[in-house]
Order: sequence, then C-alpha cells, then structure tokens
Amino acid sequence: MTITRRALVGSLSALALSGATVTVRGGLAATQEATPAGGGEPIKVAFIYVSPVGDLGWTWAHDQGRIALQEAMPNVETVFQESVPENPADAERVIRQFAEDGARIIFTTSFGYMDPTINVAESYPETVFVHISGFKTAANVGTGFGKIEEPRYVSGLIAGEMTESNQIGYVAAFPIPEVIRGINGFTLGVRETNPEATVRVVWTSTWFDPQKERQAAEALLDGGADVIAQHQDTPGPQQAAAARGAFGVGYNADMGTIAPDAVLTSPIWHWEVFYIDTVQKVLDGTWEPTQYWGGWQDGLVDLAPIGPMVPEDVRAMAEAEIDRFKSGEATIYTVFTGPINDQSGQERVPTGTAMTDEELLGMNWFVEGVEGEIPS
Amino acid sequence: MADVLGRWRLERLPSPSRLGAVLVPAASILLALVAGGLIVALAGQNPLAVYGAMLAGALGSRNGLAETLVKTTPLLLTGLGVAVAFRMRLWNIGGEGQFYLGAIVATWIALFGLPDAGGWALVPAMIAAGLLGGALWGLIPGALRAYLGANETIVTLMLNYVAILLADWLVHGPWKDPQAFGFPGTPRFSSAAALPALAPTRVHLGLLFGVTAAAVLWVLFRRTRWGYEIGVMGESDRAARYAGMPTRRTILLVMALSGALCGLAGMSEVAGIGQQLQRNLSPGYGYTAIIVAWVGRLHPGGIVVVAFVLAALLVGGDQIQMSMGLPAAIAPMLQGIVLFFLLGGELLTRYRLVRHPAPSDAAATGAGT
Repeated sequence: MTITRRALVGSLSALALSGATVTVRGGLAATQEATPAGGGEPIKVAFIYVSPVGDLGWTWAHDQGRIALQEAMPNVETVFQESVPENPADAERVIRQFAEDGARIIFTTSFGYMDPTINVAESYPETVFVHISGFKTAANVGTGFGKIEEPRYVSGLIAGEMTESNQIGYVAAFPIPEVIRGINGFTLGVRETNPEATVRVVWTSTWFDPQKERQAAEALLDGGADVIAQHQDTPGPQQAAAARGAFGVGYNADMGTIAPDAVLTSPIWHWEVFYIDTVQKVLDGTWEPTQYWGGWQDGLVDLAPIGPMVPEDVRAMAEAEIDRFKSGEATIYTVFTGPINDQSGQERVPTGTAMTDEELLGMNWFVEGVEGEIPS
Repeated sequence: MADVLGRWRLERLPSPSRLGAVLVPAASILLALVAGGLIVALAGQNPLAVYGAMLAGALGSRNGLAETLVKTTPLLLTGLGVAVAFRMRLWNIGGEGQFYLGAIVATWIALFGLPDAGGWALVPAMIAAGLLGGALWGLIPGALRAYLGANETIVTLMLNYVAILLADWLVHGPWKDPQAFGFPGTPRFSSAAALPALAPTRVHLGLLFGVTAAAVLWVLFRRTRWGYEIGVMGESDRAARYAGMPTRRTILLVMALSGALCGLAGMSEVAGIGQQLQRNLSPGYGYTAIIVAWVGRLHPGGIVVVAFVLAALLVGGDQIQMSMGLPAAIAPMLQGIVLFFLLGGELLTRYRLVRHPAPSDAAATGAGT
C-alpha cells in the first residue's frame, strides 16, 4: 500500500519521508544545507511556523515540505522561523523582517498569520506571499490549503469499524471552519461504517500544547471513548490513547511511529506538492494570487500506513476507498453530498446535492453524530 | 539557607554604592553574554556572529529599530503599571488581565460606542476607555484588599484568566467578524480608530504614552507627598497609619493607577498595531512587565531602559533562527540568562556576603543533628 501511494506522487522522491518520520527533526541541520547551487540567480524562500519544527505535527509536516523543496530545487535557499506567536505584533514583525531580508516568496503557515500577511504584503509589492489556511488574498498574496477531509473521511471509516463502545473522542483545537469541516468529514466516515457511533468533541483552544491535548484525550477516554482522533499538532492525544490501550487516529504526521499499538492511521500532508509547484510558477513568471485547495488526487493530502491491529477486511475496504479518492472518483464533494443532517437531525444538504466550496470553507455547523458545541 | 551558606551571611548594605549601581549590571550583562555564548558555541555557531546578528537585527536598520520601539511600548506601559503597585508592596500580578480589559473596552468604543466618530473624538475616547478598563480591573482586587484584606496577588492573578477568557469569548462569539467565515476576531476598526504611526514603520503614538507616563511617575514618586506616602506605606503599614496616612484610599488609588497604565498598554496595542481585537493579543506582556519593573528597580527611568533592552533582545532574538539557523528556542534561553544574571547582580549591589566569627565548633556540629 505504501508503494502505490508513493508511486502516485511519483517523481517527488523526497516524499519517502512519510514512512520514516522521526529521523529528520530539529531546525539545526535544516537551514545549513541551504547552499544554492546550479545556474541562475538563487532565490530565497521563507517559511513562518507557529510551533517548533520538531512537533511531529503541523509544523513538522510543513518543514518536511520545505526540506523537499530545498532538495528538489537547488537554486532555492530556504529560511524559516519557528514558534512565531499568532499575535499581530510578533507575526507581522517576523514576516516583515523576511521581506526586508530579500525573501522572494514567503509562506505563512498558520491561520493567525492572515491579517499580518496581508498588512506586510502591502508594503512589499514585489514579494510573493502565500498564506496557508486563510481566505484573504491580494495582488501579491495567494492562499493554499488542502482537502484533508478526504483522508479524514477514510480514517473515519476505519475508526467506525474499530470502536467497540461506539464512542469516539475528538481532541480539537479551535471552533473554526477548518477544524469543524475535519470533524464533520471524519464523522461522516464513522457513521458510514457504524451508524450507532458518535464522535464527542473537546476544544482545547490551542494548536500546540502537548500536555493540554493529552489531558483532553484522557477526559474523553474517561467518558467512555475507545478511539481518539485529533486536530492538534502533537502526538499527545495518541500517547494518551496508547497508555489506556485504546485506539487513535493521528494527524499531520504518521503518528504510528510514536504510538504503534494505538494509531490506526493518520491523515497527513505532503506540502512539498504545493510548495514546489508555487515556487516553480514564481520562477516561470506564471504565478497568480489564487486560492489553491488541493486534494488527494493532487497528492497534497494522504493517509499514513494503516496499523497492523486493523483486521484484513477493514483494511481491504479502506484501501479500495483510498483508490477511489486517488483516482478522483471520490472527492471532498462526494463526501459532503446529501442527505446530510445537522446535529438536531434537520436536513442541511438535500439528497444528491454536493456542498459548494463556499459552504465548505465557511462551515459552522456539526453533522449528525457529533456530540459537542460550536461556541457562538 | 543557613546550612548552605555556613558561616556566611547576606547582610544588607547600609547604602548601596552609586558606582556599584552602574558597574554591577554592566558586569552582569557581560557575564550573561559569556554564559549564553557557551550555549551558542555548543549549538555550533560563533557566539560573536550571533550577537552581532542580534544587535544588527534589533538596532542596525530602520525597520529593526522601529520594531524594537514597537515592542518597547507595551513592555514600558505595563512595566510602569505594575511598578506603581510594587512601590507600595502591592503585588499586582494582574497586568495581563488589566492589559486585556483596556483592549476590550477600547475595542467596544471603536466598534460599538462611537463607530462613526472622527479620529479626534475617537482616539481620546479610546484612550479614556483603555485607562478606565484597566483601572476597573485593578480596583476589584484593590477594593478586596483594602476592605476585606484579600490577598491581591491571588486575586489579580485569577482575574487575568477571567479577562483573557472574556476576550476569547468576545472574539469567538458576540464580537466575531460576520465576514470572516466563522474565524475568531473582531472586524477591523475604522481607520479613524488607528493610533497615528510614523510611516512606513509601525512605531505608534503608544510609545509617547509610555514615555509621558514614565516622566509623570518620576515626578509623582520624587516630588509629591503622595509618592512619598506610597513608599512609606509599602515599607510599613503600621508606621503609615501612625502617621495618619489614608492607607485604604491609597490602596484603591494605587491599584487603579497601576491597572490604568496596563489598560493603556492594551488599548495602544489594539489601536496601534492590529486595529482589531483577537486572540493572543498579548504574548504575556503583563507577566514580562514584572521582570521589567524589578530589573528597572521600580524606577521610571530604569524601567524605560529595561523595557527597551528587553524589546531589543526579543526583536534581535529573531535573527538567531532567521539568519543563523539555530533553533528558535535559543532566543528565550539567552533572554533568561541575561535576566538571571541581572537579578543575581542586583543582590550584590544591595547586600554583601559577610563571614561571621564561628560561635564554637560544638554549636556548629550540634546544629546539624
């Protein structure tokens, strides 16, 4: 299975990293290999991260993308700054500093950097800015994001089969559309294979806090959950599940490397697909400030190897589903095609109708089967 | 303590020497740089190159210097704010909450109170709102202390969480920008609500608030009877009462002033930098303020210097990863080392180590059993 997945992504050999995740950690080695080689003027590409590159989560996944970009395009010099707070004072300063230092392209990789990115971009019209996960664009600001709900849906199919208590816990960061969409995509998968199961959500109000994430997972386990899914940046929830002998669904990286007995699988990112494409377009002069939203078929999102505890029939079902997504037969739109009810049982998406991009990107309601509240 | 030091005792110096007050901090910073340099060298970089990059990053360009001043502003205002209370030995740990309350009330004015007002009316109203919001958040623990004897350290600390969660609730709930697809954060203020800034940098009027507040406090502490009374009450509540000083009223006033300055910091951050209230407005300014106040020895001039130096360290710290490729965690580590040595040095300007004559060997061994 791993082989077919890699074959899909083809020439991007750096992707092989998805199997051997823990080997390249920490920021030290990273920038030092940034010696530009080959012909032409080297260009500097900067990355701004919200947590440490060693988090084995969101930032780690972006940094793998940066490293792969570096390797694929020798003419590119990459620099980065990790753990940049999402407040306007700090975020804007760091983005501005990279622009001052002559970065040609700046990727800002957390939602909270949206307004700071737009503000700085105004003063540096020659620099290309790409904000990850937001919705604001400008003449020199594009956005990029992925349809992680596709692999989340398949991980939900597996989780629905694996739960015995029919209670699945979901440790979630913030009640914003990105996270809500992920919970809904996962739950639609769970209910597909197990209409009795429910998904209970706990908000942590943090992207990165190993201890808080772990405690939230423990609270869910105490409440009877036997599978823990997450939209968080550390493997804390998976470690909590492992400690209780429960199962889990990781996120961002193959968290099975951290908790091999617990992790069923993990929806993961291949940001290099987007980064290499974007840098190439800037070099070719064909870049436009678009709102990129890549899916499984594009290779941007994926599912980490399925754990050995998953029985053969479930695995076969999941792999057949994975193939449908990779071929483009299934997409986020087929996942979010009616009939879909909301928590109160009221129909929100009529039978046969697919949700639009706009509805998906602004999603602020839970599907039937989710237990939890969206603060308003 | 006695066991650790043996016969050595710390004795308070009768009067701290003026020369020491300058030499000791200088030597402390130098030692801190040496210790920090060891860590940088262990991480595989030339310490001098790293310090050079930090210095250049913080002060070596217009943008760097401007950003250092931007960072100085909230540190200065909150540092002055908590120092006012500390001078009276009132432990206001609530600068963070007072910062948020100032920001919240100022945001209310900008978005709902006077949304259509021009800058000349709006900005002063927001300044007043920031001061009032912070003062209110300082007065609650002040009143509880003055009338009920409640421990202000605990109350101010707990009110921080209340204020931060209040801001979280507002930006996720009632004040959420309806245009923002459900993302947290208020709408942007009208341009009339923005504090004037020195374009093209982000240095804004808040810096002037800070410098003015420092000058006013200096006069207050040095030249007024009230400033003198605060100090006396801080030293000895009973002496102050004996002298007929109005302790309760002063506690209320001091906590209100302390909170007002922190609230002004919050107001100038929302109006000067982001022009919207959002989560994470403060990366902990109200707590860093405590360090600023103490290292600045609760002296307005000292606080100006320390706020600037700390801001330069924070801004220069970006360069550790940006241009030197070291892990970002080294920056706060260096800042910690500098503060550690400064506070350690502080001890030596006020106290001296004195070796006491041994009472007797028998007594010494007896104490150990």
